[in-house]
Amino acid sequence: MSDSTIDLRGVMCPINFVKTKLKLEAMNPGEILEVILDSGDPIQNVPKSIKEEGHKIVEVKKEGDFFRLKVQRS
Amino acid sequence: MTDHFIEDKTTKVTVAVDNTGAQKVDFNDRKSGGFIKQRQKDLFTVRLRCPGGRLSTEKLLEISKIAHKYSKKGVVHFSFRQSLEILYVDYKEFSNVVAELEKIGQKVASCGPRVRVPTACGGCEYNPNGLTDTQKMADMVDKTFFGTPTPHKFKTSFSGCPIDCARTKEMDMGFQGVVDPTWEEESCTGCTICSEACKEDAIASDPDTGKPIFDPVKCLFCGDCIRACPTEAWKPKRYGHIVRIGGKHGRHPMEAVEVCSFLPDEKVPEAIKMTIDWYNANGKRGERIGNALKRVGLDNYLKYMEPVFQNTAKAGA
Repeated sequence: MSDSTIDLRGVMCPINFVKTKLKLEAMNPGEILEVILDSGDPIQNVPKSIKEEGHKIVEVKKEGDFFRLKVQRS
Repeated sequence: MTDHFIEDKTTKVTVAVDNTGAQKVDFNDRKSGGFIKQRQKDLFTVRLRCPGGRLSTEKLLEISKIAHKYSKKGVVHFSFRQSLEILYVDYKEFSNVVAELEKIGQKVASCGPRVRVPTACGGCEYNPNGLTDTQKMADMVDKTFFGTPTPHKFKTSFSGCPIDCARTKEMDMGFQGVVDPTWEEESCTGCTICSEACKEDAIASDPDTGKPIFDPVKCLFCGDCIRACPTEAWKPKRYGHIVRIGGKHGRHPMEAVEVCSFLPDEKVPEAIKMTIDWYNANGKRGERIGNALKRVGLDNYLKYMEPVFQNTAKAGA
């Protein structure tokens, strides 16, 4: 279960990361955000940037050519 | 082999200034160079010494004032090796410029057959891709080796990762950051992010478990897998430098060859020192180390370097 979802398919780097960051900042610590990301550049970059911000990626699922991540807000 | 690239000494001030009868600058005392003749009569470019292209804002403000005072045209230029150059300086004012720069702790760079100011990318201090502290290394090389006489110019650079912004393949001696990744099965959830994050196809995902199948031959040791892994199953085992020798640009560019695939930080000074020693013993006057290596043989160099490069096993081994 997630507390919120953000679909970033078609959103370019680094805007996808910035949107994720802003969304997470609006949430409470410990809450889960579901992030949908394209494969390629987005999945190469966004997860490491989320990690660098101190949030935790708790689940990753590949669905065709996109990824569904569950991120726990720090 | 003939070398066509000796800097045109007539365009350098090193000797000329003392014959003018104007203000004397003791160039012998200063490892010489750093003053480059311009097209314009009496005007020279003063090249500053900025290892790694980094300056404190405080110093930059002071340099600006000096440049504004002495540049007849009020312009500076960033050299191709990251150092700031004050343009249009009258040679009669060299002593004053040098004295004022000295006061703020700013040194003038060098030209000619010697170890030059090292260049470097931002490195691991603030660049997310950075694996090594390139700025710290550039500073160390500048402090330890700057101005050391060699048969021809000797350029070094430090790149913090395999993207190699500091172009280590074009240096007489270049150091490029690498990290050896290691994987622990227990913490891996088989999420496949690492194989997506790897730009070299060095990580495949097991079709059943999603867990990584690593191919060290394809790996460039950039650390993308380590940074992307959500569960820290990929970890850095060790950091180091790929060492490249014999590169140059200019009219006849040469690509440097890799002579060590994983040199730790603490061995870098010794590797440079030994390389300079080998170059001074084997290089002809006016011959870059790349040409000396071609003439004398890479094996000769590698044998000489064995004490430094031994036990620096290949990454991924």
